[in-house]
Order: sequence, then C-alpha cells, then structure tokens
Amino acid sequence: MPEIRNFTLNFGPAHPAAHGVLRLVLEMDGEVIQRADPHVGLLHRGTEKLAESKPYNQSIGYMDRLDYVSMMCNEHGYVLALEKMLGIEAPIRAQYIRTMFDEITRILNHLLWIGAHGLDVGAMTMFLYAFREREDLMDVYEAVSGARLHATYYRTGGVYRDIPDSMPLHEKSRWYSDADITRLNKNRGGTVLDFIEDFTQRFPGCVDEYETLLTDNRIWKQRLVDIGIVSPERALQLGLTGAMLRGSGVEWDLRKKQPYAMYDKVDFDIPVGTNGDSYDRYLVRVEEMRQSNRIIKQCVDWLRDNPGPVMHSDHKITPPKREQMKGDMESLIHHFKLATEGYCLPEGEAYAAIEHPKGEFGCYIVSDGANKPYRLKVRAPGFAHMSAMDELTKGHMLADVVTVIGTMDIVFGEVDR
Amino acid sequence: MSESLQNLSAHLSELFADKIQHSKIALNELTIEVSPQDLLEVATVLRNDVVCGFEQLSDLCGVDYLSYGDSEWDVGGSSFTRGVKREFSFDGDEQDTDPVAFEGKRFAVVIHLLSIKNNRRIRLKIYCDDNDFPLLDSVTDIWNGANWFEREAFDLYGIMFNNHPDLRRILTDYGFSGHPFRKDFPLTGHVEMRYDEEQKRVIYEPVSIEPRVLVPRTIRDDQRFSPASEAEK
Repeated sequence: MPEIRNFTLNFGPAHPAAHGVLRLVLEMDGEVIQRADPHVGLLHRGTEKLAESKPYNQSIGYMDRLDYVSMMCNEHGYVLALEKMLGIEAPIRAQYIRTMFDEITRILNHLLWIGAHGLDVGAMTMFLYAFREREDLMDVYEAVSGARLHATYYRTGGVYRDIPDSMPLHEKSRWYSDADITRLNKNRGGTVLDFIEDFTQRFPGCVDEYETLLTDNRIWKQRLVDIGIVSPERALQLGLTGAMLRGSGVEWDLRKKQPYAMYDKVDFDIPVGTNGDSYDRYLVRVEEMRQSNRIIKQCVDWLRDNPGPVMHSDHKITPPKREQMKGDMESLIHHFKLATEGYCLPEGEAYAAIEHPKGEFGCYIVSDGANKPYRLKVRAPGFAHMSAMDELTKGHMLADVVTVIGTMDIVFGEVDR
Repeated sequence: MSESLQNLSAHLSELFADKIQHSKIALNELTIEVSPQDLLEVATVLRNDVVCGFEQLSDLCGVDYLSYGDSEWDVGGSSFTRGVKREFSFDGDEQDTDPVAFEGKRFAVVIHLLSIKNNRRIRLKIYCDDNDFPLLDSVTDIWNGANWFEREAFDLYGIMFNNHPDLRRILTDYGFSGHPFRKDFPLTGHVEMRYDEEQKRVIYEPVSIEPRVLVPRTIRDDQRFSPASEAEK
C-alpha cells in the first residue's frame, strides 16, 4: 500500500488566528507546509464600485471601513488624491492635524497588531496592555469626530472641524463609582491637546512595558526569530511595503521620501531591520510607535501656538459655515449645490500614496469630469502582503503560519475591499 | 521632481522610440501608453534599465471605458430638467452603455511602478485590442507581486492574462458568474441569497431591490472651483 504523505488542511475562514475571514488551503507534508493557497474575498463589499455611484465626499466614510484599524490614514490617502486632482491644498493647520492623527492612527494600528500578534503566539497579556492605551486614543478620535472608529474626519480641503477646546469627561454611572470617575477624569481636565500631550508623556513608558514583556522573552523569540524571512530583493519583487519592506533592511518610507502633509517639517527617524524575519519586523514596528509618539508631541506643540483655519475657504468644494448659510444667499446656494450634487473633478487621473501603518496605501482616481469618480482603485498594502503568504510560509511548520499572518499585519477590510 | 520626470520621459522615448504610443506628464505623474504586443519588452526594460530602475510594481488594475463621459443629467440644455434621465432598466441595456455598439477600446490595464532607487513613479497604460476577449501578457515573471493584482483584474473586469501561473477568481464568491466591475454590470448585482426555511439551505434568487440613483452623475466643464486659491494657506 503506497504511503500517503501530502494532505491538504483547511484553515479558516473563521479561525481566531486568521485575523478575520481568511481561508487558507494548506498543502502539508506532515507538519511542514508545502504550499499555502489563501482564499480571500470573503469580506468583499465592492467599495470601489460603490464609490463610482456616489459623489466624492460620500465615499470618505467607505475609506474608514477598508482598513478598519487605521481609519484616518485611509481617509488621508483618498482626500490626498482628490486634492491633487483639484489642485488645492489644505490649510497648514489642517495638515498638522492630519499629521498628528495619522500618527495617532499608526499607534492605534500597531497597538492592535502587537496585541493580536502576541495573542496568536501565546502572549495573552499583551492584548490587555495594548487595549488600555488604545482606549485613550479612541477617546481622542471620539472627541474630534464623534465616532470612536469610523471617524470620517478628513475632508477634501482640510478636516471636518478644529480640535475642540475641552476633552469630554466620564460621568458617574452604575458602572463607575466616584473614585473611578476621579481617576478616569484626572487627565481630562484640559483641552484635547492637553490630553494628547499627557498621553505622549505616558506612552514611552507603556512601550517599555511591552518590550519588557516581549523583546527578550524566550518564547516570543523562539516563535519569531527566523520565521518568514524575506530578502530585500524578494520584498521588492513581491510588492511588499511598509514595515514588511523595512524589516528586510530597505530604507523606504514615503513620509521621508515623498513627504505629504507636514512630514517634512517634523523630526523623526525610520527604523530598519537587518534579517527580514518576523522578529525584526516586530522591532521595527515597536520603534515606529516611539517615533510616532515623537511626531505627535511636535504636532501638539505647533497646534497650540498656531490657530487658523482648518478648511479650505473655497466654498465650491467645502461647505460654508452654518451661520453664513442662514444669512447669505451665495452661501446657501453653495451649500445646496454641495449637498445635492457635490463637486466635479477635472478630467484626468491621479495616484496618491501615503505611508499607511501597514505599508503603501494608494488611491488611483480616474475622472471624466463628473461629480463621481469614473474609477477608483485602492491599492491596499495588505493585498500585496497576503499574496506573499505562499512564499513566506513555505517550508515552515503549521504553527508558524499564525506567526506569519501576525507579522504581516493583515486586516481583511483592506485586502478584500 | 517634474524636471526629473521630463528627463525620464526623454530617456524613455530614446529607448523605445515609437513603441510608446502616447506619453504625458500631468499632475507631476508620467503616464506612458504602450500596445499589448510591446508590453513585455517595455516592462522588462523599465525594470532592468539603470536610469529607469522600476523594481517594484505598486499596483495593477483594470479600467472599463464603456461609459466614460456619460452623465445622467444633461447640464448643457437651456431649460430646467427633472434630473435623472430615466430609471435604470434591469436587463443591463442602459441608455448609452450598450457594449455591442461601443466603438473604441473598452478595457485598459493600468500599472503603477515605483523606483526606490530613483524615488519616482511611472504609470503604464495598456489598452486591450479585443473588447470581447481582452487579452494581455502577464507581467508576473517580471514583477512577482503582479500575480494577485492580475487575478483581481481578471475577476472584476474579465481581462485575461497570457502565461499567468494561476488565473483564478480572487475576490468574488465561489461559483460567481460575470465580472462585477464592468460598467454594464448593475451595482445591485444579479442575484441575492437568503436562507430558505422549506429547503433548509441557502438559495440564490434574482435581486428584488430596485436600482436607484440618489445623486445623478453630472459632468460640468467649468469645474466650478478656482485652483488658484492656494494663496490663503
């Protein structure tokens, strides 16, 4: 009787370590993976097709739902492409706000990544630690936009509103005692900027805590070191970007190389790895959190001293103020036209890319001069990373698949779109 | 940046001569058009040439030009109109988007390349010759990362790629028929599914929702904004 060696294993689509709805068909030789065939698309919503049926502004909310753990960065890529085609730039204050929120988003994303990655590999505690800090940052999201996750805060020509003067306070309820309320509201007495600054002072200590838990942890290193090695040449060939590329030692960061918003005005460093394994990518992302913290601090200082408009003043594109609208005929017309028709882009095409927490997030817009995109293509970093899954897992053990999924920082909202 | 793009553009026209059908620099981006026959040759040089050095493929996507320039609301007329011309019909034979009557090349593949060494991007545009059977050579051998992007273009637009190692659907459901991002594919789709209590399984049925247009597609030539207003920032 011939001995059967290779067999296929179905992983997912509802496996807790698959970070969403990923179905992996693995061809195994014993416990060693011969071939991995990811089946994606289980979360496909046709975002790009939906965007073709809506005026430009109405699609900003869809961008939040692409990579749903780094919401504002997605919006940034989209509005940047629109602004490029319109030939406008947001006011400087809006650009600083965008820079700050991009970095807040980066920390939010990396915190979820480190928590989930740790959880997958067996470091339960990380998840709780990471969510403690995430909570503070989501409160900041809520304070500026009213929503904890899907903010729709960036608009073509600026941001929806200026950063509010006061940070919302916790109120007494059946869940919180007086002592809890005092503790929770301790650093919420001032403005939102005060709260963010307080966070930036606390956060390096928090990152130290994560590092104490993980960096020299024997199990963590056993699971990550030399897993999923990518050489710099292969990383470029496979279209990897972001930390996946920098982990392999390629110094490439769009924030430095093709600066957008205010990244050429703030001071920060780009960490790179040497071996291109999962552990290096972990180190790169942890250092990125520290650097993001630095950028946020600089933005807070600038925003404190420099009041100004946060929206472009051309009301053909941005809605006029409510008070103006009530008394001024022209403003009323502007508002009406924006609400019923939106604005038209000139005919042409543009590609705008930003350094998303996961890699290069690009928006390619084709316009035929209408108030809706003719074609919108979202270049999601996770899509390219996912396609490298086969190469990264080949020859590894089954348990390492989980590490590789974790290290790629996969979110299916953007892979499937 | 734009000077370097002009240099690159000049260098490319020297390299390829008449292989470049069209070359344009707009919004600080260089777009070149090549024919499907020349794609592989041009792509190989773009990657290997020292001056070009486009070692990474950022993005590859399909575009369907079937209803390019069509609007649902005519703004040229002198009298007031009601807005949307008429309701969508279900059979997919919308007013101006009849695929049979369409002249010109309908499908295009757009490739965005990135050179990390030279810090520039280029856009490569290839129009497919046959509207009924759009076919291109696969660039997977030149940039391995193109694999899934080509699968996506095949899935959503039905563009076929020669010598692709594994051209399967990627984003749509198992057993899906049609190419959903084509302009003659309705936004609502053709089928919807629900759990049937009697048959005790999930069944597919023709869609029951009415397609509707909330905001009509409007093309305005005057664009109604002033790009010169950058002074106030």
